[in-house]
Amino acid sequence: MQPILETKALTHIYSAGTPFQHRALNEIDFAVYPNEYLGIIGHTGSGKSTLIQHLNGLLKPTSGQVLFEGEDVWTDPKRTRQVRFQVGLVFQYPEYQLFEETVYKDIAFGPKNMGLEGEELDRRVREAAHFVGLRDELLEKSPFELSGGQKRRVAIAGVIAMRPKVLILDEPTAGLDPEGAQSILTNIRAYHKAREAAIILVSHSMEEVAQSVDRIVVVNDGLLPYQGAPREVFQHGRELEEMGLGVPQMTRVFHRLRELGADVDPSVYTLDQAKQAILAAVKGAV
Amino acid sequence: MALKDITLGQYFPGNSFIHRLDPRTKLLAVILYIVALFLAKSFVTYGIMLAVLVSSIAISKVPPKSILRGMKPILFIVVFTAVLNLFYTPGEHVLAQFWIFTITLEGVLQAFFMVIRIMMLIAGTFLLTYTTSPILLTDGLESLLNPLKAVKVPVHELAMIMSIALRFIPTLIEETDKIMSAQRARGADFESGNLMQRAKALIPLLVPLFISAFRRADELAIAMECRCYHGGQGRTRLRQLKYRGADYGVLIGFVVLTVGVGVLGRLGF
Repeated sequence: MQPILETKALTHIYSAGTPFQHRALNEIDFAVYPNEYLGIIGHTGSGKSTLIQHLNGLLKPTSGQVLFEGEDVWTDPKRTRQVRFQVGLVFQYPEYQLFEETVYKDIAFGPKNMGLEGEELDRRVREAAHFVGLRDELLEKSPFELSGGQKRRVAIAGVIAMRPKVLILDEPTAGLDPEGAQSILTNIRAYHKAREAAIILVSHSMEEVAQSVDRIVVVNDGLLPYQGAPREVFQHGRELEEMGLGVPQMTRVFHRLRELGADVDPSVYTLDQAKQAILAAVKGAV
Repeated sequence: MALKDITLGQYFPGNSFIHRLDPRTKLLAVILYIVALFLAKSFVTYGIMLAVLVSSIAISKVPPKSILRGMKPILFIVVFTAVLNLFYTPGEHVLAQFWIFTITLEGVLQAFFMVIRIMMLIAGTFLLTYTTSPILLTDGLESLLNPLKAVKVPVHELAMIMSIALRFIPTLIEETDKIMSAQRARGADFESGNLMQRAKALIPLLVPLFISAFRRADELAIAMECRCYHGGQGRTRLRQLKYRGADYGVLIGFVVLTVGVGVLGRLGF
């Protein structure tokens, strides 16, 4: 399958030529496929934020290439701007970017920049608000009157309203209570299903990523040491812990069980899989 | 974006002889250096000043390139002053004349010295901010201005305002960068269009920036109150400023330099 987004030997160096020089990405080859749900995992400073800002043309590679639908993102400024609409990026703590008088106008900012107006604009704004679970009566309020969680929904809706083919969310649940976090993850999954957009969920929480994604990419020190289905990645439990990442609690329990001599599958990461694995092990023993 | 590359007043970490000097010494030395610069009138005295500047930069180990880069913003002022001096200095030795302009030998020299003076002025003050961390700089300033407390100048408060402002410059730059990226991700365009369009394009940047600045101010005020901040009365310091032998040496050196340049100027050199 043709990837929708791809990086080739992508390298980024901050403040090149000063004492603060820092190599954030080191010849990264990485691909995103249409309609997949991808998780990017790495601790603070691993280079994951730098990586995602390259994917929609906000940062220019020091060397290497970023391709969207097979074409370089940086061929001309017009194309770069178009790519930014196609690859929607929701930053960490996006609620700090709100600025309009009403929620409606703020969500409409992106689509308006695309040149949309009238009915189409209205449809997109309402649709996006619906996806993130904002009620209609909130649309005419000032975004600054809303609660933190609602503000974040408005900000996410502002990106969804552009109907991006790839939606990147950088720590969308940071600082939310567990219930709010779950609800936002559910909204994102619903959007993924309804729009058939590729989703990239960036997080440092294995638990959060494990419950949603089809594939995980681990970023560490500007490199991508592991990629693959969650089961494959979690096999490297020890190495991940050395990177300060840790595996989901359930996986840790099963790794420990194995060390104690139980013959169980160590790549388990959800409660449901755990149940299956234990049943299988018990049956095998009988 | 090149926002992170702004060098004006930026600290260049290091551990050279100049980095280790007391900030008060450096402040006073820069003041003396500036006075001497205005007393200099001829090739000899400018030569002495240049030698002092170049050797100071060499000792500080700050790359000369970054000092030159910091001068870019003032290039316009330098050129403007040079042109004015070139055309409007009266003198006896006329070199060229056309329409209403007259270029005299005195004018050429004047313009040349003016350019050198401004550039050396900027380079000297840059060296101060490059080799002194902003916190130390305000500490030094507060300590130097301390006598003004006698005439009810709120020295501590002013220094505190300055250090908070300096402390938040990088934070605000980072914040600006972040908000700009976020709005660009939604298709905001900060780089094209006419003046009106550009001004309008700044609204999505400035509104969140102001809101976050006020929020930060609020949080900082609360954090300071939580730690019982109540002004400068009886406050002790983590970093005590101490004068060492080197500091006296440097100060004496600069006093001699200034007096020397002044005397040489009087004597007609």
